[in-house]
Amino acid sequence: MINRHCVEQAIRTGFGIEGTINRVSVFDRKNYFYADLPAGYQISQYSQPIVSGGRLAIDFAEGKTREIGITRLHMEQDAGKSLHDQHPAKTYVDLNRSGVALMEIVSEPDLRSPEEAGAYLRKLRSILRYLGTCDGNMEEGSMRCDANVSVRKAGEAYGTRCEIKNVNSVRYVMQAIEYEARRQVALIEDGGTVRQETRLFDPGRSETRPMRSKEHAHDYRYFPDPDLLPLVLDDKRIEEIRTAMPELPDAKKERFVRDYKLSPYDAGVLVAEKESAAFFETVVNGRKDPKLAANWVIVELFGALNREGKDIAQSPVSAKALAGLLDLIENNTVSGRIAKDVFALMVETGKDAAAIVEEKGLKQVTDTGAIEAAIDKVIADNAAKVAEYRSGKQALFGWFVGQVMKATQGKANPAMANEILKKKLAG
Amino acid sequence: MSLDKATVARIATLARIKVAEADLDKMAGELQTILDWVEQLNALDTNGVEPMTSAVAVVLPQRADKVTDGNYAGKVLANAREPVNAGEGGFFSVPKVVE
Repeated sequence: MINRHCVEQAIRTGFGIEGTINRVSVFDRKNYFYADLPAGYQISQYSQPIVSGGRLAIDFAEGKTREIGITRLHMEQDAGKSLHDQHPAKTYVDLNRSGVALMEIVSEPDLRSPEEAGAYLRKLRSILRYLGTCDGNMEEGSMRCDANVSVRKAGEAYGTRCEIKNVNSVRYVMQAIEYEARRQVALIEDGGTVRQETRLFDPGRSETRPMRSKEHAHDYRYFPDPDLLPLVLDDKRIEEIRTAMPELPDAKKERFVRDYKLSPYDAGVLVAEKESAAFFETVVNGRKDPKLAANWVIVELFGALNREGKDIAQSPVSAKALAGLLDLIENNTVSGRIAKDVFALMVETGKDAAAIVEEKGLKQVTDTGAIEAAIDKVIADNAAKVAEYRSGKQALFGWFVGQVMKATQGKANPAMANEILKKKLAG
Repeated sequence: MSLDKATVARIATLARIKVAEADLDKMAGELQTILDWVEQLNALDTNGVEPMTSAVAVVLPQRADKVTDGNYAGKVLANAREPVNAGEGGFFSVPKVVE
């Protein structure tokens, strides 16, 4: 009996890829013999899938996007898992996932390069994670990709395609397509023709190899499963799912650009993962300078997470803690430069910003008298440089600022130090 | 549609059924009568008629997302010819299917 939750997840995903939810869909049998398919057929959907059509926008670095068509989303039963590398002469078959429902999402032949294929997978994964319909983990096989590759001369019809199976990361998909396209081009240039076949990607050698050729393997003889009635969906339930849809990455990105005046690129980076977007929204909440918040999350936080090999859920600095640090920058308690030191300590110790600033005495000096005193001392100690500056060597100004910062351990408010220094140097 | 011997042999291969060369003609004839009958049905005009999927008015029932059964790895593997790590819920093993 079909699992209601699976049906709902398929509907939810269908909305996520802007497809049409079909009120009636039909289960078919796809017939083939393989060691990991005990029944000799797979229950799938062929002529009447649960979702037809759809689209997805892939994102490029410069903030540009391109729309990729989606043909269909259908439900089917997973086969078992074959392990080919455990024994020299045997394939091991694990049937634990056999019969578990999966969604297969088929795209139109719109992807033109390994990069676009990678961008498509990342975007699809992002949407699935936002929807909570797949954790997107390719290594563990909860998201898998079969990549069809064909080559053609510009303007000509599509060439014969090969299907590459068994690719378990976005990077490998891109490598496999790159290799396969080159292989096909070389084959054709040598006067050969591409044979439609299924190939496996070998990450160890970065190449694709034909699976043992199975005669007539592509003749699946689909027919409606006589044991299963058509799946009829309830309009009310479809509507409930539609109205409960979360904000998806594209809409969120648009909102970040509109409401926070972020660049499309920055907004794209922040919304790529649902958790990052939520983190940013906590940090930016009620803040005057969203751009500052975005920079801190993207540059400092993501940089630190990268170095530590952690994802945002394991961040040593919480969104509230980062917001606390930004408060200190915005109310001039610390300068931007000192804030970076404070942040490094936050990552290291997990303490909050105010405590670190207090403990280490990092409060910015905004007391005019104290800054003036430091500047007076720098001027008095460097009479020669002062003379040079006054005789026209304006480039020395930066050096003076450096000296003042050094004298105050970097704690002088930079704007104030600049202003007073300029006045005093002018004589 | 008419069936020749080659088509019957191909269908037999796809279905993994061994059919002796001598039996192919006879089987082609038998299958042909079935196809002829289906073609008779096909001649009917069914435009505007909903496909009948059941003799009673029922739709596909759906079940709740609950685990109600399972953990029989040992039993499942009990009759396997060459199980691997059967005690730990391991694998069936078959001749290698990739080169």
